[in-house]
Amino acid sequence: MTSIHLLLTLWMLTVAGYFIGRSKAFSVCAAQGGPSALHSRPFYYGILTSIWCAVPALIVFSFWHFFQSTIIMDMVMADLPDQIRSLPDARLNLVVNDIKNIVSGNTVSVQISPAIQAAADHYKSLEMTAHTALGVIITAITMVAIAGICLKITPTLRARNHVEKIVEVLLIACAVLAVFTTIGIVLSVLYESIRFFKIVPVHKFLFGFEWSPQMAIHAEQIGSSGAFGVVPIIFGTMLIAGIAMCVAVPLGIMSAIYLSEYANGKFRRIVKPLLGILGSIPTVVYGFFAALVVAPAIKEAGDILGFSVSSASALAAGVVTGIMLIPFVGSLSDDAINAVPQSLRDGALSLGSTRSETIIHVVLPAALPGIVGGVLLAVSRAIGETMIVVMAAGLSAHLTANPFEAVTTVTVQIVSLLVGEQEFDSAKTLAAFALGLVLFVATLILNVVALTVVRKYRAHYA
Amino acid sequence: MHNLNDEQSRVGTIDMVKKGLNRRHRKERRFRFFGCAAILISLSFLSLLLISIIFNGYTAFQQTVVRLDVLLDTDVIDKDDLADANYSKLIHNALLSISPDVTKHTDKRKLYGLVSISAAYILQDFVARNRDKIGTTIQIWVPADADVDMLMKGHIDLDKPESQRRIDERELAWVDQLVKRGQIKKVFNKTFFTAGDSREPELAGIRGAVCGSFYAIVITLSLSFPIGVAAAVYLEEFATKNRWTQIIEVNINNLAAVPSIVFGLLGLAVFLNFWGLPRSAPVVSGLVLALITLPSIIIGGRSSLREVPPSIREASFGIGASKIQMVAHHVLPQALPGMLSSTIIAMARALGETAPLLMIGMVAFIANIPAGFTDPSTVLPVQIFLWAGSPEKAFLEKASAAIMVLLIFLMVMNGMAVMLRKIFKKRQ
Repeated sequence: MTSIHLLLTLWMLTVAGYFIGRSKAFSVCAAQGGPSALHSRPFYYGILTSIWCAVPALIVFSFWHFFQSTIIMDMVMADLPDQIRSLPDARLNLVVNDIKNIVSGNTVSVQISPAIQAAADHYKSLEMTAHTALGVIITAITMVAIAGICLKITPTLRARNHVEKIVEVLLIACAVLAVFTTIGIVLSVLYESIRFFKIVPVHKFLFGFEWSPQMAIHAEQIGSSGAFGVVPIIFGTMLIAGIAMCVAVPLGIMSAIYLSEYANGKFRRIVKPLLGILGSIPTVVYGFFAALVVAPAIKEAGDILGFSVSSASALAAGVVTGIMLIPFVGSLSDDAINAVPQSLRDGALSLGSTRSETIIHVVLPAALPGIVGGVLLAVSRAIGETMIVVMAAGLSAHLTANPFEAVTTVTVQIVSLLVGEQEFDSAKTLAAFALGLVLFVATLILNVVALTVVRKYRAHYA
Repeated sequence: MHNLNDEQSRVGTIDMVKKGLNRRHRKERRFRFFGCAAILISLSFLSLLLISIIFNGYTAFQQTVVRLDVLLDTDVIDKDDLADANYSKLIHNALLSISPDVTKHTDKRKLYGLVSISAAYILQDFVARNRDKIGTTIQIWVPADADVDMLMKGHIDLDKPESQRRIDERELAWVDQLVKRGQIKKVFNKTFFTAGDSREPELAGIRGAVCGSFYAIVITLSLSFPIGVAAAVYLEEFATKNRWTQIIEVNINNLAAVPSIVFGLLGLAVFLNFWGLPRSAPVVSGLVLALITLPSIIIGGRSSLREVPPSIREASFGIGASKIQMVAHHVLPQALPGMLSSTIIAMARALGETAPLLMIGMVAFIANIPAGFTDPSTVLPVQIFLWAGSPEKAFLEKASAAIMVLLIFLMVMNGMAVMLRKIFKKRQ
């Protein structure tokens, strides 16, 4: 009996529970003049039964699944011959892997010793027993639940209130999931980062000027210094984000001003969604565009003007990231500009200012906090942008302010450290999580500041 | 006296204003022009992007095929054992008939390289279906090699020196000969839609990636929509304003702005390393994408709940409904089109997401079409990323074409979202 079958059985039992509960409700009230004598509608008695049927069984099921393999593996290991059990931990892990591979039917590289084969067979039989036991237990739980609830169903049972209580708890659980996601992010990134900082001290990471994550496997290996100084990477990230902002901020704000202050309704209705398309194009498409169209164009332009541009320049990645962010900056500035009360504009216009004077001296200053908030959010996006820079910015960690050179960013390094084969104890892989921590903290601070600014500003005129 | 002074100064101001008026109007026009230019520049970026992708990729929907006159030699094919026959040899013989003067081994290899390695399998299928043709000469269309394909589509710069292009003069002459004899033509590239990834550009398709994307989105949708709606309902209709709900709210807003690659790190650490789920599987990408889309679905859901007029709630309470009945029977149906619309937009975003999926191992080369949620697979944007990174021009063309397919999907989804929003607005 596989898990899918178990879940299907459970589902059928739950549906059956609904009908049993409902018909029980009909039957208990038959003597007292039909369903109107019940506290709740028969539907709720059915739902109550099926909830009690499904929830405890599901909890047992998931716990079982979570711990099953560990428990069975422990039992199998305990039965292994002594000479295998006394192996050092690293070798023991290999044995565990071998057993798992045999069980799941994968090919095993080394020839299998009879002891391990026996262990794998043992594992399989234990797994079979466990599955059968789980099936029996779950069926028993649901049966008991159905029987118990059916006994309790009387015309006075407040089924609707019970169901509503449960639904409310479910709703709360869903809302709290967001908090759990954050906790999950923080814990997973922090845990690996701490392991990293045990190998590389924090101050060397934060204030080091050299980044070359290739760890030396042999001491005499060349070109594998294993330096983890994050400064050049942060510098590269800031360079690209800066270029992106140089593109996105003027274009975004100016188009928002034009659309909200000058354009007529028809123009606005057509152009705004068109600009919106820029924001909904996947970043991998922008990356493709940057690497295949913009970067070669910049390189060619540089060749004509007589200075050398590397084929993966910070400029290409930055400009394209900026293009991606135009509608983002635009729509946030648009919100801020629209939130400025019309009376302010009317006041300025009645004093004889031209429209542009009104905008520059009255509307923009009033909308400034909202716009700044929007720009900060855009900076956070530019810092966290991955695909465009991965495809167009390069990998070498230069400490340069020259936009025509290749630079690398935090996100590029995370991708290049984690894609491909990984072993989870090397500083190289763990460094990616430390970079992830830096990225998370930096964007979090920017977001909190931006969201506070935006919210305060909204409250100002509301 | 006082009055006169006032009069004089007023005249002075008017003069000053009038003097500056031209300058100010020029400034006004300039400002207006800047606004217009900003929009024009942004739109021209958009059109440049779309045009370059279409221009690069439209040819991928065609594939060059070569007609070979194959003698189904009874010496090579044993009628009773079709599977073991050397079909490549038959193909090679047919190719040799194009240019019988080729004798050197390296030249022969080049000549054989004119058609795709799949030619032998196509021939094998043909023979299996037409046993009676064995012993005769048949005409069969087989896909050309990617380099020949690129040449036929004009993607190879013939002005470059011979050593710098993938087709040399010899091969060029053979292709010319084929063209003259009408043995080469371009047909609709069905392979692109029916095949999985391949090392050979002419055999690579997007079906595997589309299936992978589909499975991932199914998981994402079935997790994030119910959870997102439930969370939105709780926060908007049930939660009392206190510190806890405040924390949840701030949290959701912040999660919406966390870079997606951080979610990838979470997926790697929790789903792969801690829970031990399989790498490169649609389940895991679905889970990660669900977490990414959840905040925006909650935020969108709350705003459409907020747009439901309070009178509906009061009327429902007035006839004695409980709070849950009020929400489930009256408020939620009203808000649903708006919620669906923001969900579709979130799904469109998830469909285009790449970076977090690289973290959970979706970058592996996978040629098989995934058949389930735990099969190793890739997704469309990752497939684009992989092809875009290939040095071969033929793969770049495929990447552009895949981008077009992806953009069409996204456009349809965004169109649906707009339509739902209109329905939502009309009802109110």
